[in-house]
Amino acid sequence: MAESLLGGSTGPGSGGLPELAAGRHPEGPESRPDEPGGNSLGGHGGHGGHGGHNLTGFVIFLASESLIFAALFAAYIVFKRSSPLWLPPGVEGLEVREPLINTLVLVSSSGVAWLAERALHRRQLGRFRLWWLLTMAMGSWFVLGQAREWMGLPFGLADGVFGACFYLLTGFHGLHVISGVLLMALMLWRSFQPGNYDGGEAGVTAVGLFWHFVDVIWIVLFALLYLWQDR
Amino acid sequence: MSTAPIRFDPRVLRAPHPVPGAPDNWRRFFTFNTDAKVIGIQYIALALLFLLVGGLLAMIMRGELLTPPADLIDPTVYNGLYTMHGTVMLFLFLFPILNGFNNLLIPPMIGAPDMAFPRLNALAFWMFPLFGVILMASFLVPGGPASSGWWAYPPLSTQNPLGLLVNGQFLWILAVAISGVSSILGAVNFCTTIMRMRAPGMGWFRLPIFCWTALAAQTIQLAGLPVLTAGAVMLLFDLSFGTSFFRPEGGGDPMLYQHFFWFYSHPAVYVMVLPVFGFFSEIFPVYARKPLFGYHVVAIASFGIVLLSLIVWVHHMFTSGTPQWMRHLFMVTTMLIAVPTGIKVFAWLATLWRGKLWLTTAMLFAMGGVFNFIFAGITGVMLATVPVDVHVGNTYFVVGHFHTVIFSTITFGVYAAIYHWFAKFTGRMLYEGLGKVHFLLTFLAAQLNFLPMHWAGLMGMPRRVAAYDPEFALANVLASLGAFLLGVATIPFLLNLVSSWVRGARAPANPWQAIGLEWLLPSPPPAENFEHDVPTVISAPYGYGLGHPLVADQERYEARLQEA
Repeated sequence: MAESLLGGSTGPGSGGLPELAAGRHPEGPESRPDEPGGNSLGGHGGHGGHGGHNLTGFVIFLASESLIFAALFAAYIVFKRSSPLWLPPGVEGLEVREPLINTLVLVSSSGVAWLAERALHRRQLGRFRLWWLLTMAMGSWFVLGQAREWMGLPFGLADGVFGACFYLLTGFHGLHVISGVLLMALMLWRSFQPGNYDGGEAGVTAVGLFWHFVDVIWIVLFALLYLWQDR
Repeated sequence: MSTAPIRFDPRVLRAPHPVPGAPDNWRRFFTFNTDAKVIGIQYIALALLFLLVGGLLAMIMRGELLTPPADLIDPTVYNGLYTMHGTVMLFLFLFPILNGFNNLLIPPMIGAPDMAFPRLNALAFWMFPLFGVILMASFLVPGGPASSGWWAYPPLSTQNPLGLLVNGQFLWILAVAISGVSSILGAVNFCTTIMRMRAPGMGWFRLPIFCWTALAAQTIQLAGLPVLTAGAVMLLFDLSFGTSFFRPEGGGDPMLYQHFFWFYSHPAVYVMVLPVFGFFSEIFPVYARKPLFGYHVVAIASFGIVLLSLIVWVHHMFTSGTPQWMRHLFMVTTMLIAVPTGIKVFAWLATLWRGKLWLTTAMLFAMGGVFNFIFAGITGVMLATVPVDVHVGNTYFVVGHFHTVIFSTITFGVYAAIYHWFAKFTGRMLYEGLGKVHFLLTFLAAQLNFLPMHWAGLMGMPRRVAAYDPEFALANVLASLGAFLLGVATIPFLLNLVSSWVRGARAPANPWQAIGLEWLLPSPPPAENFEHDVPTVISAPYGYGLGHPLVADQERYEARLQEA
């Protein structure tokens, strides 16, 4: 009786308690033989935490995330087309030249990130780090440029619906760029852990995907905010 | 059972997961545990606690409404009560309890050891107590809790008369935002698990309907919640940082908030009702001993509901100055929803038809839920009609309609699920007698509570008022009596849960002779379900009375349960 109570049914060949003491726990070492290292995204688990799952989960997350931007874009378009008060008094429009340079830097950084991923795919770890670091630098340049632009603008967050939209859209996107740079830093740090990329590069792939996503969002944002200025 | 004292290795009592037949280590429910079955019970237990909180708020309101004048509580307090009642019931009771069932049911039903991302799962759970505490704390801040209704429409929700940064509305938005993040993390997890971790042989059309409906519901979360989040962020900025998104004086538009809010919050009802449709589809075949009628169509109809749910939201805004073409368009799309839901209802009726009905408590709640749902569906089509909605919009008719959905259908389904799967996940049987008392009281009280609301609404009683015209008195007295009876009805339920878990009869692996992977596991299932011995599914689910096995080598799995 007592023995049967101790969990003789946990599985074939299971010894009940010894198995318990050995820690057949979600983090059990034997249950994650084929798990790649680069899956820091989205709380990787032990059992079942394959790189493929992580990528699936991450793509689902990105799809959902893109809808926040879609909602914000929709709000911007509705306001721009229908608001009786648009630009705050004294504001003529946005300066395009510097943001355009920023845009070119950010968009080309996507290509650099791709080069980094290709280098990693070919097991050229040194080149990967170089290209990856360059991507991070370009992303940081973009954030700094954005900050410079913010400080020079003659309107603030509370200046009408235009000010509110401008700062919310660029700020929310900027947060994504900063997150992207931080995630890349994490991947770079992981690249120094021996044998970390032996089982695949799910983490790098996911961060690369995130970076392309942030770029595409920016292209739409740039078109909406800077190119479409006349009403 | 022998009378000899039962001896346990002390390590069993400290196990981080259940060990079949051993006493439960309740401490594990208070830890950052990554086991989906622990997280599921954590969700359900905490959500039931908030059901009591929300129910208490409702009973205070119904106490106020016993008499026409606002004599029991101040009308301002009443505003806070209905706001918090709605918010607690949706965000702290129904969403979390259904996430609890997702956690308990999805991995065993598809033969997976756990969720795809166990740590993310635990993180998503622990946000629940966090936003629960934030929302409850709003009762204590100066100015009281949010009082603009659970819709939080501006300009009402952007008023900040005391000028404090931390006010009731601020905490409300914060809590809803954290709840949204938690739900999105949960949705990513549930979708990935169902898509990638099914047992060998379990193609899409061998997937249990509950998993279909859970996937459909989580798809809505992923599509709708981001939009609500965008609206909530704008609302928070308007409230706290002086922006003008929804302020006409700064060029903003309060109507846009309504669009953002309902784009999510109407489909949110389907997020709650779809898993309950899943419960009905699981429970009817078991107790009617027949295969589910029209399995394929019922599965696909879930996604029909998803698609339609994303294009119906304006029906909440028929009286908000919406253009006529929008009213017509959304009236039609809203009525179309009746098609996939109707398909499901007829499939359930056909499943019951000429079955040998086994009237357990779970079956009674499921049948009662469908009965109420048919009524709510009829009033739903009425409300979708623009002329009717213009007449009864913002009256008690609407309140009656959605309480029949939210309580009399969804919560009935949740009760049915608890009575059906309690034995599986706790290893103890619930007392059927107490269960039937619970059902009888709940069913009668729900009708007494919500039917008179329709009547009061048709007579023209507006919702969200603490005082009303004496001509509505009879309907309100009846509804209040129903509400108090509903409160009483939870007593046998709670008594049943606690006493059964502590000293109920031990549950066999398959007390209802049900067919499904979860019933091939011991009660409660071990930490990683089938571990490395995942069965291969060889036939469609719900094969009642057909005589063919569900999985390859079924005798071996059943024999193992016999040993235990």
